[in-house]
Amino acid sequence: MNTEITGVVFTYGLTLLLAIPLGKYIAKVFKGEKTWSDFMSPMERLFYKIAGINPNEEMNWKQHLKALLTINAVWLIYAFFVLLFQDKLPLNPDGNAAQTPDLAFNTAISFLVNCNLQHYSGETGATYFTQLFVITFLQFVSAATGIAALIVLFKALKDKTTTKLGNFWVIFTKTNTRLLLPLCIVMAIILAFNGTPASYAAKDNIVTLQGDSVGVSRGPAAGMIAIKHIGTNGGGWFGVNSAHPLENPNYVTYITEMVAQVIIPIAMIFALGFFIQRKRFAYVIFGVMTVGMLILLIPTMQAEIAGSPAIAKLGVVQPTGAMEGKEVRFGPAATGYWNIVTTIISTGSINSMHDSAMPQSGLMMLLGMMVNCFYGGCGVGILNYFIFIIIAVFISGLMVGRTPEFMGHKVEAREVKIAAIIALLHPFLILVGTALSSYVLSHNLGADWAVKPGNWLNNPGYHGFSEMLYEYTSSAANNGSGFEGLGDNNIFWNVSTGFVLLLGRFLPIIGPVAIAGLLANKKYIPESAGTLRTDTVTFGLMTFAVIAILTALSFFPSLALGPIAEYFSMY
Amino acid sequence: MKSSDNKLFPKELMRESLVQSFVKLNPKLMIKNPVMFCVEVGTLVMLIVTLYTFFSGDTTQGSMAYNLVVFVVLFLTVLFANFAEAIAEARGKAQAESLRKTREETPARKINEQGQITVISSAQLRKGDVFVCEAGDILPADGEIIEGLASIDESAITGESAPVIREAGGDKSSVVGGTKVLSDRIKVRVTTEAGESFLDKMIALVEGASRQKTPNEIALTILLASFTLVFIIVCVTLKPFADYAQTPITIAAFISLFVCLIPTTIGGLLSAIGIAGMDRALRANVITKSGKAVETAGDLDVLLLDKTGTITIGNRRATNFYATNGLPKENFIRFSALSSLADDTPEGKSIVELAGKDITQSLSINGGALVKFTAETRSSGIDLPDGTRIRKGAYDAIRNMTEKAGHRFPTETKTLVEEIAANGGTPLVVSVNEEVKGVIELQDIIKPGIQERFERLRKMGVKTVMVTGDNPLTAKYIAEKAGVDDFIAEAKPADKMNYIKKEQQEGRLVAMMGDGTNDAPALAQADVGVAMNSGTQAAKEAGNMVDLDNDPTKLIEIVEIGKQLLMTRGTLTTFSIANDVAKYFAIVPALFIASIPALQGLNIMHLHSPESAILSAVIFNAIIIPMLIPLALKGVAYKPIGASALLRRNLFIYGLGGIVVPFIGIKLIDLVVSLFF
Repeated sequence: MNTEITGVVFTYGLTLLLAIPLGKYIAKVFKGEKTWSDFMSPMERLFYKIAGINPNEEMNWKQHLKALLTINAVWLIYAFFVLLFQDKLPLNPDGNAAQTPDLAFNTAISFLVNCNLQHYSGETGATYFTQLFVITFLQFVSAATGIAALIVLFKALKDKTTTKLGNFWVIFTKTNTRLLLPLCIVMAIILAFNGTPASYAAKDNIVTLQGDSVGVSRGPAAGMIAIKHIGTNGGGWFGVNSAHPLENPNYVTYITEMVAQVIIPIAMIFALGFFIQRKRFAYVIFGVMTVGMLILLIPTMQAEIAGSPAIAKLGVVQPTGAMEGKEVRFGPAATGYWNIVTTIISTGSINSMHDSAMPQSGLMMLLGMMVNCFYGGCGVGILNYFIFIIIAVFISGLMVGRTPEFMGHKVEAREVKIAAIIALLHPFLILVGTALSSYVLSHNLGADWAVKPGNWLNNPGYHGFSEMLYEYTSSAANNGSGFEGLGDNNIFWNVSTGFVLLLGRFLPIIGPVAIAGLLANKKYIPESAGTLRTDTVTFGLMTFAVIAILTALSFFPSLALGPIAEYFSMY
Repeated sequence: MKSSDNKLFPKELMRESLVQSFVKLNPKLMIKNPVMFCVEVGTLVMLIVTLYTFFSGDTTQGSMAYNLVVFVVLFLTVLFANFAEAIAEARGKAQAESLRKTREETPARKINEQGQITVISSAQLRKGDVFVCEAGDILPADGEIIEGLASIDESAITGESAPVIREAGGDKSSVVGGTKVLSDRIKVRVTTEAGESFLDKMIALVEGASRQKTPNEIALTILLASFTLVFIIVCVTLKPFADYAQTPITIAAFISLFVCLIPTTIGGLLSAIGIAGMDRALRANVITKSGKAVETAGDLDVLLLDKTGTITIGNRRATNFYATNGLPKENFIRFSALSSLADDTPEGKSIVELAGKDITQSLSINGGALVKFTAETRSSGIDLPDGTRIRKGAYDAIRNMTEKAGHRFPTETKTLVEEIAANGGTPLVVSVNEEVKGVIELQDIIKPGIQERFERLRKMGVKTVMVTGDNPLTAKYIAEKAGVDDFIAEAKPADKMNYIKKEQQEGRLVAMMGDGTNDAPALAQADVGVAMNSGTQAAKEAGNMVDLDNDPTKLIEIVEIGKQLLMTRGTLTTFSIANDVAKYFAIVPALFIASIPALQGLNIMHLHSPESAILSAVIFNAIIIPMLIPLALKGVAYKPIGASALLRRNLFIYGLGGIVVPFIGIKLIDLVVSLFF
């Protein structure tokens, strides 16, 4: 048991050790300072030339958002049609079928928004062509989109008063060439050497000990699994994601994938400190997020290591903890750590079946996605946190008797309005979605649909409710993990989560960038003794309180009907 | 509570406030406050449900009594919120009206162009009219003296019993309606239209007719509205959730949950807090022209203060006599006193005072010729009948005089002069028959306690700037001694203006106080311009506040009032939201316990029954509003301990307190309610 926890501590320590220098490097890249990766610049210039981009053209926040949304719209249309016709395209050695329109709609959106909610199984639902040119492609560009939006925010916070926030295309290109590609190359090599397939051949055939002949899916998976984690995407090559022995073969790949999925979110916090030259501010954010993670992580690991009370009641000893749905090569502690990390950041890759986790763990995972900013996804984690900062700044500014200011700019009605709408959006999407499916289940159980609502849930009662709540939470948080046990590949779920995904992605990018842009436009107010500093532990505490209270108030009743009710019935 | 808070809830205001609480139920008025409007709608729904249960006898929605109690409690919640606003308005109005009352029915003696006098009512006076007042008259309107001089008792407005002198021309020509002329006769031109004087504006602000929400109030309303929206979503989606869990939830329970969750505490008190802020300013004898000015005051970064009267007591005073060349000190004092006996400047008087009665009584200047101070000679004095010429004046003026007469200026005196100047004093050299006899030291007397006030301001993050006509050396000394952060020496009116503009360019908010017409541009430029009531009409028009006490240190109080206003809003918002945690723990288990007994685990307060839990939560939610009215009216105490420390303190009291208090409150109420439900 001790070695298991040591493994977790080691993995987290390694992440931090790598994230700090990476943060420094990211800040340098986007400040335009000299770095080792400058050898890429001729290639970047070639891109700009081909695309007809003037890399020196500075954009304001509106132009940035326009560029971001336009290019995302193009990718969405492209991805939808390629998935729809994948059976007619090359690189389909297993002869997989095309996706249905509703599934293609869901899949295209899901990967575009960095969520990777997969209502299909990679082995049968996609071809090597779509895996590479739709899914892997979107995994790169969606991560880069989130990071680029955050860099715009960095630039807005850096200067006293400015409208010039860099060039979106340049930031976006550099995110790919300087950050994502190099990291993915290193990681893919590690994975390939540990047994992850990197081949274009069709299914392999093996004969099991029982003498059955089994087709084993493979493909050029190593590269995709690298960006899936580096870019906090989470969509697996294989259906069962990183619980699959080829996708996550051993403890070395476990450590690699764990470090990879959280390294950029943490590095971005430090990058913020280096970039705007307020290291203390970054440390406080890091502290709040880390405390948040620990609050979710410790009960989860504790519950998983302790094992299931239902089994204990049968008189069965569980020396290895709760092992239902878990891989023996990882064990309960490392799995608990994965569960929490993958839900607080928006990866959503899994190495166990979340459906089988203890109710407390399910509660913590749901909370991780409901908060969605303890580290959070690539770039978007800090954007989400920024919304809470604005609300915290506003309330605490009033509490100390001064018109609220953030980084020397007054926070006024317009900024509060945007922050409030974005903060409101998350519970809105989750609760309305879950309410919709609950309504169908309670009033339209036998509807004459392709998949009858009555067949949606594997489990009745509280657990079934958790499955639905989890699905919409995962969609709104752009997480992508599933509680599973939910029959989700049908029109109702594909379409409803598709809309939740889109809204849950782009509005929380537009909001913070708009606020930062508006603030940067305002007159700079120098700090005085009456100014509330935002780089103190006190302010960190305030932000944490805002996050905790807002999340608790929005979701308490729904959580009470799901995991909390399950917990009290079980213990 | 009543007895100790007599001042907060005066009996004569209670009646009117209670009536107003009902008048304000008008939905057209309520919709301005989205949070309380939601409660009103909820109350209406409960009324319908109660009537339905009464007439149909259907108990699926709970018993008639239970629904009726929920309805009554919700109705009281709305009334309490309205009452908070009404009492704040009534207090503000009463304060303003007591000032106005005096001149309501004052007769005015109007003079037309031909000089004929007609007696009319003050209400008939128009801007530009001229009236006369004599000793014993009450001034019928605000105006400017165009002829004459009078001593006036302004105690009706300032509470200060000592009469003040007002005269035509210059900076002291302005008079306020409602004050009393004690002597002499003046002609006054009316400067404000009836119904437009500062007091009228103030009353209108308080009454809400012209009250506009301040920027912070708007932002907070948005935030509260969005909290309300979140809880609408939470409550509406709870219905399908409950259907899925096969739990019937009564309408009363839904509405109770909703009303408990939305921030009714702050929503109900928000406008009362704003009005109380202006009222507090008025109680400090400051008339504000807008609520925004009070709020801005809390954000001030820089205060411009005149040295004289603000930092130092009036004028310089003599503090020491230094005789030169071994002259007995008593002789020197005698010369000094002789030079000043006929001098009625404050400095001169202070010299006589310092010399003491023992010496001055024996002196006589009968038959002497007074030599007045002129800008050229820069000295004054007296020629005694025996031909002795005594002069006192600035160092270089006396040196020129003595050297011209062929006398040497003693080096000893020169060193003394320099020493005094370096200490922030003003040396006055005294000569007798062009021979230097010694030096009188004049010192600015810094007001007692002013250092502490500046220290307090510094901790608030407000920079103080002293404005003075003194030379930079003296200014620096006084600035250091008084503890101001910066000074403008040898200041001309334009310097103030430039300083304000410079600070504003750097993004700071600046306040200043002024009284003269030449201050008007700077008063208008400053973010908060406080004109003294004794100042000219131009100054009063330019500023956005008028201080009735003419007390320059009032700015400090104004800053605190502004900060208190914001803090009260912030802390009560925090308190209101933090309350929801306990209410959830009361209501959520109550909603589901019938169908999901396991959720008894969430009933950590061990409330008696679902009905009693829900009732306790709504009752707590209602009574917390009147309990917090005193706090809303008085404001949260401001402590200059630095922003972070203040946040910690308030977070602890109102955040943590806001979480803990309702747990205790709801449990206690439940103990009582459980006797019935």
